[in-house]
Amino acid sequence: MISNIVTPLLVMTGLGLFFGVVLAYALKILKIEVNPTVFKILSKLPGSNCGACGKAGCAGFAEALKNKEAMLSACLVSNDEARRSIAEILGVEFNPKIRTTAVSLCNGGKNAKDKYAYNGIKSCKAASLVFGGQKECGFGCLGFGDCARVCPFGAIKMTSGGLPEVDAAKCTACGNCVRACPKNLFELIPIERKYYVKCSSMDTGNIVIKACKSGCIACMKCEKVCPVGAIKVESNLSRINYLKCQDMGKCFEVCPTKVIARR
Amino acid sequence: MNGMSAYLTIFISTVFVNNFILSRFLGLCPFIGVSKQIKPALSMGIAVTFVTTMAALITWPIYNFILIPYGLEYLRTIVFILVIASFVQFVEIVIQKKTPSLYKAFGIYLALITTNCAVLGVTVLNTDTFFVSGAAVAGSFIKSVVQGFGAGAGFTLAMILMAGIRERLEFADVPGCFKDIPITFIVASLMSLAFLGFSGFKI
Repeated sequence: MISNIVTPLLVMTGLGLFFGVVLAYALKILKIEVNPTVFKILSKLPGSNCGACGKAGCAGFAEALKNKEAMLSACLVSNDEARRSIAEILGVEFNPKIRTTAVSLCNGGKNAKDKYAYNGIKSCKAASLVFGGQKECGFGCLGFGDCARVCPFGAIKMTSGGLPEVDAAKCTACGNCVRACPKNLFELIPIERKYYVKCSSMDTGNIVIKACKSGCIACMKCEKVCPVGAIKVESNLSRINYLKCQDMGKCFEVCPTKVIARR
Repeated sequence: MNGMSAYLTIFISTVFVNNFILSRFLGLCPFIGVSKQIKPALSMGIAVTFVTTMAALITWPIYNFILIPYGLEYLRTIVFILVIASFVQFVEIVIQKKTPSLYKAFGIYLALITTNCAVLGVTVLNTDTFFVSGAAVAGSFIKSVVQGFGAGAGFTLAMILMAGIRERLEFADVPGCFKDIPITFIVASLMSLAFLGFSGFKI
């Protein structure tokens, strides 16, 4: 009778003890030495494992940093403070990087005409395969929000106007939207710059006017008005040189189609 | 039936007729959780196959040589959990040291499997099927291992099918309230109905 209680007790204890000892022993002889430097670096990294650095998550990046296989600036998400402390751990010099955020470079959306009715898969990538998308303008936003879907930080929202809107406070410049947009409508610009050209059309002015109410018609007004020569019209499209731009906003005021945007 | 044909029957029936996910409804959490893309689904499937096979291999001698002689068959669930958990931990330690590349390929999946009900289900099912009134039937050890492997293979099959469907489902125009998980449940039930065709209705 008593054996009914004792036997299972003994068997369970024996089995548990056996496996416990085996595991403890295995852990002892097969111990993995985690490099303390890697561990310290990892604690300073953002830990979102976005993969923008091209390594397998933050752990892979920390390992690569320690082995001098990656540049510290490859991590687009970490801030200057974290970078400085990682540079200290690695014993290298710290160069502050200009923090950038994404902006979308199309002002079309509802303002841009459609060239046909598209009823296919609701994805910009799929739509762009059919004659370059349903928009009359071959450079413009298709509005299905591939960028909003790939943003790991929820910084991109599609507005009612059919255009993506970037929340600069949430954007970490990981570059996922830059890669996702089939029309290459995202650019990472320095966070302190207020003005950017919200059009990517390299068509001539008369073609742009027919396709879109708010496209760059290359009228050269912005180029003429800029006192520091930071804005130039090249290939029928106005472009800002962010190293020269001083946020005066004169181009913003003068633009007849309101293509230059302020954020 | 003996020899190869018996093993083949066991294998086919565990993969298709009694598919662990779609007929027995075991291991549903990875089936929903890790089936968004084909690659991780395949990794998970391979890891599960490995663990179910090894679990069948280890639990058979423990059941036959320890639990049965002492009349402790009723302890099998807790003993099997102990065995599987320790074994998975042990394997993880060993491959982390010996083959880091394999460890990276398995990733987090190996640890997730520790408490997967499909693995426990295989071992319990083995003792139900291949032990008749407290004694092992002929060739029951190899049959157990084949059933373990078949369970893993069936699991992998279901995972890959599901991941393939879900990859396309991303592009489907699904009503808002059905997006993601709800539509996955519907797809899973339809797949399960399809797999019912292997066994048929018994009225």
